[in-house]
Amino acid sequence: MSNSNISFHQRSEAVFIWVLRGLALIAGAIVLLILFFLIWEAIPLLQQIGLSRFLTDPSWHPASNEFNLMPMLTGTLIVMATSVLVATPLGIVSAVFCQYYAPPAIAQLYRRLIELLAGIPSVVYGFWGLVVLVPLIGRLHPPGPSLLAGTLILTLMILPTIALVADATFANVAPEYLKGCAVLGLSRWATIREVIFPAARAGLITGIILETGRAIGETMAVLMVCGNVVQVPNSLFDPVRTLTANIALEMAYAVDNHRSALFVSGLVLMMLIGILVAIAEVLNRGHLYDK
Amino acid sequence: MTLNALFLRGLRMKYLRTLAPLTLVAVCLWLQSCAKPSNQARAQTQGKLVLTGSSTVAPLVSEMAKRYEADHPGVRIDVQSGGSSRGIADARQGVADIGMVSRTLKENENDLQAFSIAKDGVSVILHKENPISALSDQQVVDIYTKQVTNWKAVGGKDAPITVVNKAEGRSTLELFAQYFKLEPKAIKADVVIGDNEQGIKTVAGNPNAIGYVSIGSAEYDATHGSPIKLLPIKGNAASIANVANEKFPISRPLNLVTKTTPTGLQKDFIDFARSPQVQDIVKQQYFVSPTQ
Repeated sequence: MSNSNISFHQRSEAVFIWVLRGLALIAGAIVLLILFFLIWEAIPLLQQIGLSRFLTDPSWHPASNEFNLMPMLTGTLIVMATSVLVATPLGIVSAVFCQYYAPPAIAQLYRRLIELLAGIPSVVYGFWGLVVLVPLIGRLHPPGPSLLAGTLILTLMILPTIALVADATFANVAPEYLKGCAVLGLSRWATIREVIFPAARAGLITGIILETGRAIGETMAVLMVCGNVVQVPNSLFDPVRTLTANIALEMAYAVDNHRSALFVSGLVLMMLIGILVAIAEVLNRGHLYDK
Repeated sequence: MTLNALFLRGLRMKYLRTLAPLTLVAVCLWLQSCAKPSNQARAQTQGKLVLTGSSTVAPLVSEMAKRYEADHPGVRIDVQSGGSSRGIADARQGVADIGMVSRTLKENENDLQAFSIAKDGVSVILHKENPISALSDQQVVDIYTKQVTNWKAVGGKDAPITVVNKAEGRSTLELFAQYFKLEPKAIKADVVIGDNEQGIKTVAGNPNAIGYVSIGSAEYDATHGSPIKLLPIKGNAASIANVANEKFPISRPLNLVTKTTPTGLQKDFIDFARSPQVQDIVKQQYFVSPTQ
């Protein structure tokens, strides 16, 4: 994957290259250090009660020595899956609109709007959700803070990611393809469907990976709108608690076993991200960074 | 010569090219030194205090801290909430200078010292539009354990009850459970919230919700327009008068805790927080002065 056909002869470049190597090493080392720290803090509890307790205990009640992570893991996965399922088509379609159907002035404005949406802090989304969205859902079907609220807020938050990445990917599709399609007399939608989507596949997958990563890791907004009840939801209107919200709620005062349990849930989150990256690699068969 | 040509001429001069970044660095360093308070005059109280803990005490201490900072310009006070358990843990580990705890210390917390700055109660709150004006203790227990799930079973509208509970580690939960003789595990909630304000906003946004928060925050928000109302317990209204004369059954002291005997800035601030100078803040926030 490295471009080893770039050769450098000047000595002045050697310093630069070593600085780059050093910085890259630091960045990689930080990730590894975080991983080791998580494992280090989680090991006492894992050694004490074993792995199966995290799946088979009655519930999550650290004060009573119960550490079942499954309801919260289910909560994280469901919230992530539903929000990605809703946001991805919306994001890709809005990128298609922006690139191929909108007049240039509107496309410019739309792009800025999406960028603004991407920049809003998650706490603001959570606040808006708590004060506006949750009472609205509550009027529809109590209690209000629910899986649905979490899904809607997360969709709003990850939509800009996929939209902007898709937009950039579409802009990078080789113009020869478009010209070839025009010459062949293909309609706009046929071009997009048959030529642009396959050509943009790697970029779109990158976008989906990015948005899924954000959906898994989002803490503040889901803490404020999801209800935080530890249970496997039976319907869209049931409250859930995600692993991230759990850590935020309890980290400040967790001691000993409780603290280790929270680090175990942190490890589970890292594992989820690892699986996500592995899926990305498999889907792209190593061509993620080729043009 | 045009301005452009002059500028380019200047750039072409070698010394200017090295002088510009050096000047920039020098200016940055000088600006940074402006941020530090001048060391000469402020010999007395100076420094930084970090207080963490109960979300009930945090707004009160925040106001007191603002007044203290106004009187002592060299001091910066940082107030964070996170629950009484966080206050205890942070004070023990030294992460915070002073912990804020909204209950009396337990037996296993004897390594800490507590200083009471106010008294407060815990009250059940409903939305203003809810026709119910009082609930018996047994009814509250039934609602919180989901034996009763509809308001009409206790004399209200035909609507499902949304039960709002506090997260573990919050002393408001502990006091609530202790008074109503509930195991925290037995409480079946629809929504779990963190601090008092989140609880109040949740109940204010849902006409069929029931929750419990500190009387201080509830009264404060109710008088500032939040559509909630406080329920009486056993006939005693949830007011600061009843907390002061001990008629209201669920009351607790608001404490500042330290690991060791407070010294220096810590002691100064704790004395300030218990002095007559801040009793108007205590009243404003609908808490009761500890001396009453």
